[in-house]
Amino acid sequence: MIGDIWAWLTTSAHWTGADGIWQRTLEHVEYTLIAVAVAAVIALPIGALIGHTGRGTGLVAGTANALRALPSLGLLVMLALWALGHLPVGIALQTASIAVLALLAIPPMLTSTYAGVAAVDPAARDAAEGMGMSGGQVLLRVELPIAVPLLFSGLRSAYLQAVATATIAAFVSLGGLGRYVIDGLAQHDYPKMAGGALLVAVLAVVGDRILAVVGHFAASAGLTSRRRLWAKTAPYRSSYPAASLSETQPEVVNAARQ
Amino acid sequence: MKRTRIHITTVAMAALAGVGLLLAGCGSNANPLNSSAGSSSSGSSGAQSSGSQSSGAGSGGASSTAGGSETSSGTGSTGAGQTSAGSTGTGQQPVVIGSANFTESELIADIYAAALKAAGVPVTTHLNIGAREVYLQAMHEGSINLLPEYTGGLLAYYDKTSTAHSPTDVYAALQKALPADLEVLKYSAAQDQDSVTVTKATADKYHLVSIGDLAPVAGQMTLGGSSEWQTRADGPIGMTKLYGVTFKDYKVLDPGGPLSVKGLQTGLVQATDIFTTNPAIEEDGFVVLKDPKNMFQAQNVVPLIAKSAATPKVTSVLDAVSAKLTTADLTDMQKTINDTKANVADVAGKWVSQNGLG
Repeated sequence: MIGDIWAWLTTSAHWTGADGIWQRTLEHVEYTLIAVAVAAVIALPIGALIGHTGRGTGLVAGTANALRALPSLGLLVMLALWALGHLPVGIALQTASIAVLALLAIPPMLTSTYAGVAAVDPAARDAAEGMGMSGGQVLLRVELPIAVPLLFSGLRSAYLQAVATATIAAFVSLGGLGRYVIDGLAQHDYPKMAGGALLVAVLAVVGDRILAVVGHFAASAGLTSRRRLWAKTAPYRSSYPAASLSETQPEVVNAARQ
Repeated sequence: MKRTRIHITTVAMAALAGVGLLLAGCGSNANPLNSSAGSSSSGSSGAQSSGSQSSGAGSGGASSTAGGSETSSGTGSTGAGQTSAGSTGTGQQPVVIGSANFTESELIADIYAAALKAAGVPVTTHLNIGAREVYLQAMHEGSINLLPEYTGGLLAYYDKTSTAHSPTDVYAALQKALPADLEVLKYSAAQDQDSVTVTKATADKYHLVSIGDLAPVAGQMTLGGSSEWQTRADGPIGMTKLYGVTFKDYKVLDPGGPLSVKGLQTGLVQATDIFTTNPAIEEDGFVVLKDPKNMFQAQNVVPLIAKSAATPKVTSVLDAVSAKLTTADLTDMQKTINDTKANVADVAGKWVSQNGLG
């Protein structure tokens, strides 16, 4: 079995052409990224607002958890049939699939955004307000930057959810790596099916690692271990370069925390 | 760095778990209903029967991509029947009925189940398993021992080179081609063929009557159909070989289901494989293209059964069902199911009692 999967993966003819692995991977990544982007546009503002005001937490937690429980395959077929009747044929199925994936990607981002913002140390918030910042400024300059690590953890969960579920797009005739899984099952071609599933797993791990690294550097140095490294090397530096402190927010935060 | 390390470990664990599940999934797909067969064949007491129900539900869900819950509920309800019949001490091996993943196959399987149950034969059902390539595997491994089949499709599976096409020829060839442990009982007059179907508008525009008429225009058209039809001899491959018809593209839809119908209506595909008993053909005025070169073989409904399960009683019940079942019945029942969203098993049960088999 393992040998068959390996043979399927290493056959060069399987990698090229319209049904080739490169093309399918590209499609898979495309569906995933669009879905996560759509979900982010919806989840981030709502999550930030709720975290900031503290209102509607129960409602959002309930809605987010209900969204998680959606049976995605059934929803997809239902949306696909509806979309085929109401949207231009060229984009109907893509729209339906991306909508389903986005619905799945919203809950992790929504919950982690509001949790991240809500968990900001009240002292930091007070300090910011004491400096004369308005509510919006507090949210944008203090709360959201501090919440970045949690935002990224939500983003990563959302990505994993979307990339794994994007296989079902193949159920409604679209491409993506799910094509191999679904066709392989129906055609009794298990190496193809397992190979496809393996590629999805690889894509999930690779994407998650990339997001982890991006998240690590996107977060303020004061919130990550980069700060510790910075401190360790301090004795060897002659002067404190101003460039690294161009962002004032972390300093405000750290000042507030200490 | 600690935080990051935890993430690496988590992801690695998740990936490993994923691969593990995947391999487990392959195992259970190669042998979709293995666990349930083991327990149901030994299921003579109530306790063992209930065990077989739960494992059956589990493997049903794992092996079928859609309708897992239907499968398990079907198992549950008929499992109860099995328990009572088993405890009456008939000593008979339960008949485990499977079906393909489309409504009609499920419907006929339910008809078999209802008729056999009415005759006092213990039955269990594992419906909605998948494509022929998948459920025949389960049949070979003994996880199921009765299936509603179609003569031509089954023949093409065992003998890709057969040229038989009339109902009697296909049936005769099929009896020769089957492996030693399986047999087909009497076939029914009811037929349901794959077809190349287009909309009325497309047919009028290009003056399409038979599949061969597609040859000059197919290059601009997209063909729809199931994953399995894409690689079968009576699919796109056969069309190219027999009629010189090659389509621009192939879109994988469902096996003759709502997506195929909707896809054809909306122009997602210009031609598609719709089963000839599909009520949508009449409702939407679709045109089924003629097949003068007999790419599609006769597709009479026939019970495929493991020889070990084909007792005289089972055989006589199924022969009686086949004798009564007609193509029109299949179309009508599917129309009822589509229109009223009626439970497939209920519609099947009604047919059985109306035809004096229950």
